[in-house]
Amino acid sequence: MAAAGTLLLTSAVKPFQMLLIASEQPPEEGPWWGIGIDITKCIGCGMCARGCKMENDVPDEPFYFRTWVEQYTILNNGEVLIESPNGSIDGFSQPVAEEEIFKTFFVPKLCNHCAKSPCTQVCPVGATFESPDGVALIDEKYCIGCAYCVQACPYGCRYIHPEKKVADKCTLCYHRLKQGIDPVCMEICPTKARIYGDLKDRDGELVKFLRDHDYQVLKPHLNTGSKLFYNALTAEIS
Amino acid sequence: MPPQLKRLIPLFVVFIGLFLIVRHLLIPDSFGQYGHYRGIALEEIASKEMNVANKAMCVDCHYEVQEIIENDVHADLSCIICHGAGLEHVDNPEAGNIQKIGTRELCGSCHELNPARPMDIIFQVDLSTHNPEFENCSDCHHPHQVWEGIQ
Repeated sequence: MAAAGTLLLTSAVKPFQMLLIASEQPPEEGPWWGIGIDITKCIGCGMCARGCKMENDVPDEPFYFRTWVEQYTILNNGEVLIESPNGSIDGFSQPVAEEEIFKTFFVPKLCNHCAKSPCTQVCPVGATFESPDGVALIDEKYCIGCAYCVQACPYGCRYIHPEKKVADKCTLCYHRLKQGIDPVCMEICPTKARIYGDLKDRDGELVKFLRDHDYQVLKPHLNTGSKLFYNALTAEIS
Repeated sequence: MPPQLKRLIPLFVVFIGLFLIVRHLLIPDSFGQYGHYRGIALEEIASKEMNVANKAMCVDCHYEVQEIIENDVHADLSCIICHGAGLEHVDNPEAGNIQKIGTRELCGSCHELNPARPMDIIFQVDLSTHNPEFENCSDCHHPHQVWEGIQ
């Protein structure tokens, strides 16, 4: 009786699922893209940021990034210093003397392509959305440049393009993805710290990464349904 | 029926009708196809131009380099890290846009000594003190055969 009731309820709810649960669901056919980053492997070379700028016509100025790398330095007294000089493109320096450092590492960041993304929810005109295969995209021709989404993204992934005057962000190189070619940041990473894959493919690389490592997402308390899974994410990283 | 309704109802019908017509004309056709966005946008985004090649494209022609580099420490790297975007060259091999530089700046982006870089993942040197009489790393280290012929 309860099973029958649940079945009826879920089938009735299905057309309104997006409205009620405010979450994108994996498609029945086709991939559901996710990303995996291994913090223990990132060497902070900045090639991902450079490659992305080459591929996606990102402005060269140091505050427009679709992906960037941060250097975290935890001092002996517990203080945490975070640096991202030109998003890692110009290399990192370490001004703190080595004796004072407790731990230091690099964290690459990019759009999390959230399943319950705050950024797509707030768009007043419907110019940003999650594609059926799970990639958060921006419709440049429809965007009015109000920057509500830029404000709404909790991970700071978006920016207003200075020339096009519309919102812009990582598209997981959708134009490459659709042809079966890896996004540039994944291709160019020398240590393969960044991987991506189909979350539905249980034999795939990404699911294997999730099984082999203790994964976590950034700001899990915000319940954004982030599909960017980190290995070795610790409490200081936000 | 009160005279107010006799006047207001047709007015409401006209204005709502006008609104629906204008709405129908203004909203793009593919809007709502997959969700609250223009369905055509997916194809528009997917058909953007690529600017960067990938290793498979390079190795297609330059398989002899792949054979040399296979036994080197740099075997798993993608060619575009050092040689640049390269897509123009894939389309037209006579064209430029392939760089072959072994400068301290380029090699240093990975190999410069930094405490945040684990030594077991990447070999590092302090470039300011490492053989300063040689200007470029490639003066001694061939990037495809890094340890060959080093004194």
